[in-house]
Formats: sequence, structure tokens, C-alpha cells
Amino acid sequence: MTTYRFICIVCPLSCAIEVEVKDGKVLEVKGHTCPRGKEWAVQEVTNPRRVVMSVVPVEGGALPTVSVKTAEPVPKEKIPELMKFLAGIKVKAPVKIGDVVAEWEGIKIVATRGA
Amino acid sequence: MEPFPEIPMLGYDVVVIGGGPAGMAAAARAKELGLSVLLLDENDYLGGILPQCIHSGFGIHYFKEELTGPEFAARLAKRLVELGVEYRTAARVLEIRNYSDLEKVVIFTSPSGVYQVWAKAVIYAAGARERHAFEIGIVGDRVSGIYTAGEAQTLMDIYGVLPGKEVVIVGSGDVGLIMARRFALEGAKVKAVIELMPYPGGLARNVMILKDFNIPLYLSHKVVEVRGKGRVQRVKVVKVDENINEVPGSELWIEADTLVISAGLVPAVKKLKKIGVEIDPATGGPVVNDRLETTVPGIFVAGNSLVINDLVDYVAEQGELAAEGTKEFIDNGGIESRKWIKVEKGSNVRLVVPHYLSGERDVYLYLRVARPMEDVELRIPEIGKRLKLPVVKPAEMIRLKLKAEEIQKANKKLTVEVVKA
Ligand SMILES: Cc1cc2nc3c(=O)[nH]c(=O)nc-3n(C[C@H](O)[C@H](O)[C@H](O)COP(=O)(O)OP(=O)(O)OC[C@H]3O[C@@H](n4cnc5c(N)ncnc54)[C@H](O)[C@@H]3O)c2cc1C
Ligand code: SF4
Repeated sequence: MTTYRFICIVCPLSCAIEVEVKDGKVLEVKGHTCPRGKEWAVQEVTNPRRVVMSVVPVEGGALPTVSVKTAEPVPKEKIPELMKFLAGIKVKAPVKIGDVVAEWEGIKIVATRGA
Repeated sequence: MEPFPEIPMLGYDVVVIGGGPAGMAAAARAKELGLSVLLLDENDYLGGILPQCIHSGFGIHYFKEELTGPEFAARLAKRLVELGVEYRTAARVLEIRNYSDLEKVVIFTSPSGVYQVWAKAVIYAAGARERHAFEIGIVGDRVSGIYTAGEAQTLMDIYGVLPGKEVVIVGSGDVGLIMARRFALEGAKVKAVIELMPYPGGLARNVMILKDFNIPLYLSHKVVEVRGKGRVQRVKVVKVDENINEVPGSELWIEADTLVISAGLVPAVKKLKKIGVEIDPATGGPVVNDRLETTVPGIFVAGNSLVINDLVDYVAEQGELAAEGTKEFIDNGGIESRKWIKVEKGSNVRLVVPHYLSGERDVYLYLRVARPMEDVELRIPEIGKRLKLPVVKPAEMIRLKLKAEEIQKANKKLTVEVVKA
């Protein structure tokens, strides 16, 4: 059995949560104050995901790059792969905030700055 | 009166200096209140530091939505445009002159020349500057590869340039932690984050970044020396004891080509000092009343120039408050109050703003504790105010609302203290 300890980051209360896992199954969650925290903690040990932000080069814009984010959280272990993909793309101005500038494994890459 | 007859003169009710979130919110609110307003920023774009802060975590209170820095900036900029606020970018303010309560002159340069603006009031929202390597006592070779966090961030997230490959970061506040993630994501090796204090300086969600990327965090350590030929090659780190004295024999050298200093921000208030604005040594920003007016009548301040904020939401809120103060100031030819109640710092309170309350209106107090504590009560004994808090940390600004009736219960002063519950 493995016990994972971490600080819940869902809200500023920062509860100290413990998750006990055996053979890939969550046995117990302790320390959370609300169901949102519990759900997050379980996901954090079984399938951690992150929204990824970066910049990609833009041609003809006011600034040399445009900032982007994934439209949904990406599995943590796939982030390096995503970053490689992002390093290979280039976009052309004009780009509006909210534009989908690319797609990677079904996940939309959205501009967070205009260019 | 025409101080520089040869320079073109513009006239407004209020000039806002700085187009970051504080300045943008101030200018928008001032315009909504019917004032004529000019917003000036030395950058080529509006937004202040936000366009370079590409991570999320902005706007949860102000827009009730989690946004990235550029997205937050774009929303405020849109509001400015919709309201028809006049603004100039690439406009660097050189000087503020205070002729009398309702007569200020702001002098700025821009690509089309030098201008002077006549205004009844000024809202100063020029943000903060970063502390640099020498300021925190790092000695050694004068090499390239030493950046402040903001410089590294601008290079990466505005210009798309990776500043280095093997990085040591000084400071575990949110900015340092966020930079650690950016470097790691871009494929650089973050060798260590070095923190002087025995606890991390940033929010829990940002401390988690270190675990995500297996980045070692050295608590109670400091970088003391940089060595290299032309470029940083290694940095010397020592352990410190509880009094922040170096522990002899604890030296450790880390090989790296880049040193990123994220050792905190200081309100940029040089121009205010020049016109005699009183500065609070605890915040590094001006002493203000509950309208965010400084000790020079008609000069208002908001955002990181007032106090270093960790939440942009509070920054925008301060901008609006300053604008409302400006309106009252211009309409009445000054801000009057029968008496000012002084806000004093009690146990475990490092700083608190505003410094003076009138008791005529509800206010938010913004305060920071000196050290982390659990299960505490925030108390103001003079008015019997008590607020339970599970945890307090120096990294997190506490915002406390006080009602006018509550403030009036105090006689001359209010003492804010954070004590064990
Ligand atoms: C790296 C980093 C990460 C952050 N992360 C978060 C986060 O996740 N969530 C959050 O809520 N907050 C975050 N913050 C905090 C927040 O961004 C700041 O508190 C806020 O942007 C400060 O706004 P401001 O308007 O006071 O100053 P700034 O944004 O610094 O704007 C000041 C402006 O004034 C201009 N200026 C200065 N001097 C002059 C002059 N002489 N003439 C003309 N213009 C001038 C500057 O060009 C600048 O545009 C972060 C801050 C940093 C540095
Ligand atoms: S468990 Fe619930 S209350 Fe506790 S930090 Fe997480 S979200 Fe907040």
C-alpha cells in the first residue's frame, strides 16, 4: 500500500489530503473538507492532468510570439510530447484571443493573446 | 502658469501613469465617473506585466473566471476601448510636478515628442521593480546569464527566446516557481530552487510544480557567489541558520549556465518620493488614506506601486478605488475627513494598507503576516473584530472588509494583530 500526501490546490483552504492506494485502487481519502477536494485528490493519484501554457512563434504580429493554452487538461506524462509538438508549429498573424491555432491528439490549442 | 512654454500642453481631469491592471482599472472607472482621463504607459502595449504572465490564476474574484495574464489584460483593455478612454503607449513619464492641490503637471516622452499634461489629479500605477542580484548580496564574476525572473519571462514569453539550459532559481515565491515550470517545460534543466526562508514562499498550487518536474528545493539556503568566464558556470550555495546566518562549512557548488533571481518586488516610487510623498518602510509604497490618496493631496496610488500584491484581482480593485477617490477629490477640491483613524500593526502583522481610515465608508484592509501560523485569529481589539483563519502565510495577502460603523467604534487608532485562536 502506498500513501500519497499532498496539499489540495482546488481552493485557498489548502487542506492536507492523504490518499491510500493499493494495486492501483484508491482505498481511502483523508483530510479533505469537501467533495471537490476528494475528487481532485483521486484524480491526482490515478490520472494527474494539467492545462499546459506556452508560446508559439507568430509571423507578422506585433510581438514575436503568441501565448497559447490547451483547451482542456492534458495527462501529465504526455506533456513533454505536447511541448515537442508546440515547438514545431508556427502561426501567422492576425491571431485573435480565443482562436484555435492548432490541434494535438484531439485537444485544441487556443491563443491567449492577440497577435 | 506654463512651466515649459516650448512643450505642447494637454489638459485632463486625471492622468493615470501605468497601463497595467491597476492603471487600466483606474482609467476605466474614472471615465465611468465622468472624468476626462489620459492613460500613459512606456511599453508598446497595454497590460503591464500581464502579457508576459502566460500561466493561469488571474481573475478568479474580479471576473469570476480563471484566466491567463494576457486574457485578463485583454478584458480590461477591451473595457477601456469600449468606454473610449484615451491612452498612449510608448509614452514614458519623466516627471510629476505638484504645483498646488488641483494643479499637477505630468511630463512624458513619446515617439512624437515630449509632452506636458496639465491635470487636477494623478493616479500613479507604475507597478514595481524586481530586486536584483547585488541587492541580495550575491558576489562574484560579472558574467552574462544572470537574469531577474521578469527579464527571463519577457525573453521566453514575449520574444520566444530560451535564456539558458541549466538553471538555478533564487526564490521560491510564486514568480520563482512559475519560472521553474516554464524553464522545465521548455526543456531546460532546473537544477535547484534556492529559498532563504525555512518554508516555500509561494502558494501551495505553485509549490506543487516542483514535484511535477522533480526540481529540488533547498529551504534555508542562499546563493552567495557566481563564477564563470563570460557566462555563468557555477553558483555557490550555503545553508543558513534560523537567524539567516551562514552555516560555516555548508558550501555547495551547483553547475549551471543561468541564474534567475526571483527575490521579490519593490514598489517603483522614485518619482513619488521626488515630490515628497511619504513612504511606508514596511510596504515600500506610499502612506495612504482610505481613498488611496498619498500624503501629497491629489496624488493617488494603486496596484504594486502601493503594495506588492499577489492577486491581480486586488490590484484592479485598488485601481477602481483610487479612481473613486480622484472623483471625490476633484468634485470637492480635496478629500476631507473630520478625523483620521490610524491603522497600526500588532503581533505578526508585517504590513497593512491603507494607513488611515475616515470611518465614513466601508474599506478593505490588505495585510501580510510576518511568519506562517496555523489556527489563528485576526483581531482588531479596539472594535472587537475577530476573524478565524485556518492558516496564514507571508505569501498570501489577507483582505479584510471593515464596515464604516465598525471603524467608527475606534477612537484614534485600530490595531490589527494575528494571534493564536
Ligand atoms: C511572474 C508573475 C506572476 C504572477 N502571477 C499571478 C497570478 O497567477 N495570479 C494573480 O492574480 N496575480 C499574479 N501576479 C501578480 C499581478 O500580476 C500583479 O500584482 C499585477 O500585475 C500588478 O499590476 P500593476 O498594474 O500594479 O503593475 P504592472 O502590471 O507592473 O504595470 C505597471 C505599468 O506601469 C508602466 N510604467 C512604469 N513606469 C512608467 C513610466 N515612468 N511611464 C510610463 N509607464 C510606466 C509599466 O510599463 C507597466 O506597464 C503575478 C506577478 C508576476 C510578476
Ligand atoms: S478539500 Fe475542498 S475545502 Fe479543502 S482545499 Fe480542497 S477544495 Fe478546498
